[in-house]
Amino acid sequence: MLKGHQSWLFENKPSILSAATSVGPFEGRGPLAEDFDIVHGELYLGQDSWEKAERAFLEEAAKMAIQHAGLTEGQIQFHFGGDLMNQIISSSFAARTLTIPYLGLFGACSTSMESLALAAYIVNSGGAKHTLAATCSHNSSVEKQFRYPTEYGSQKPPTAQFTVTGAGAAVIGQEGKGPFVTSATIGRVVDMGIKDPFNMGAAMAPAAVDTMEAHFRDLQIEPGYYDLIVTGDLSKVGYEIACDLLKKHNVPMHQTTYSDCGMMIYDYETQNVQSGASGCACSAVVTYGHLLNRMRRGELNRILVVATGALLSPLSFQQNETIPCIAHAVSIEREK
Amino acid sequence: MVSKAKKKLTPVQQEYQALAKKREPSKFTFKNLYRAFLTGGLICLVGEAVQQMFVHFGGYSVKEAASPTVGVMILISVILTCFGIYDKIAQWAGAGTAVPVTGFANAMASAAIEYRRDGIVLGLGGSIFKVAGPVIVFGTIAAFAVGIAYVIFDPNIVGG
Repeated sequence: MLKGHQSWLFENKPSILSAATSVGPFEGRGPLAEDFDIVHGELYLGQDSWEKAERAFLEEAAKMAIQHAGLTEGQIQFHFGGDLMNQIISSSFAARTLTIPYLGLFGACSTSMESLALAAYIVNSGGAKHTLAATCSHNSSVEKQFRYPTEYGSQKPPTAQFTVTGAGAAVIGQEGKGPFVTSATIGRVVDMGIKDPFNMGAAMAPAAVDTMEAHFRDLQIEPGYYDLIVTGDLSKVGYEIACDLLKKHNVPMHQTTYSDCGMMIYDYETQNVQSGASGCACSAVVTYGHLLNRMRRGELNRILVVATGALLSPLSFQQNETIPCIAHAVSIEREK
Repeated sequence: MVSKAKKKLTPVQQEYQALAKKREPSKFTFKNLYRAFLTGGLICLVGEAVQQMFVHFGGYSVKEAASPTVGVMILISVILTCFGIYDKIAQWAGAGTAVPVTGFANAMASAAIEYRRDGIVLGLGGSIFKVAGPVIVFGTIAAFAVGIAYVIFDPNIVGG
């Protein structure tokens, strides 16, 4: 049901039946290692290219999520997914293996919540009994596509972010014990004229703030409604800017705890990741792994995940274009 | 052509960028300067040692030793690139590893490794110069300009 200007309220409370995460070795050395279902010891997963490895991560996470829900691929009506590769090949090729009717999405790193919002919407409206939302990213395939060859020795500036290797998937169903997807806010594209692809946090922060404000306005709630609000992958630089912006706009964020997935997954002391983490998998594995675990343990009752995405391409950057950004918010609650 | 007005930022964008700027750590640090100085110097020291080895043990003259020395330095760089070490040193060293010939070797080798999987001809062949290509193109242009200047300002070269 439409609520306000750009939000959906899911009155039938679609439930997250299961979720699964699969990550690479570098993520396994971070502080959230215990929250991931599978931590791989190497980056290739037995494949012969980064792109194929990325797809393997996604297939694994998706299959595991379906299994955890006690279902088979045939019982899932629709699969929503996307990734960062050109023509979203990781998701589409994984969909070829999964054989679930598929809708490919692209919202850069915001795809994690874009897919969850749509998957929940379809279930809520009775369009499906079960849906799958899955996203992935791979550090090396992203480096190869957007930046330099992985072994090229270029120094990354302190605003740069490290793309998470891994995949996260969730199965949404009409009936379940929760956690429940209760509402979602679809963001607008915001472009504040940032051009530097090594400063994505600063580019995306205004989009995140715009979506958060829209969410509070549409649902007529205050930040205090949530135990935790997380943005997707603003990382240290973007997070600080977002805090400044929220303060400037008089959003009472002191009522809640505000954090960023990009700052949670790696250890700044021992892992050299500059500003923090990014990628489709960043918000996906933190939400589907760490945050859902905390909800199951009863530490969190209501969370809002605001996944952020920088909608640039290697070409748009070369043609001197600024970086348009987007953010989608999904609220997850432990009780109906 | 993109109009210049389009490239200009709106007042809101300008205001935001001023706000964001305050939170962005500076790319320039003195730490980077001394690290680049240290590693750049160290690479040159290794190069000098290799050259002296060729002179003392190989029987080369100092001038003749230059080419095999460059060869050895390139080999070391390529080996470090293959083992995934060079990029880690580069993150620490910055310009210190980018400027010497080892940086160029790394640019070629890293591209070769990366695009090999996309096929020998279109992948390796088509993309090996992806990073190093601009250096060669503009290096050639710069050399051409310097060559012309040399002919104009040094009359001895004509007919020499």
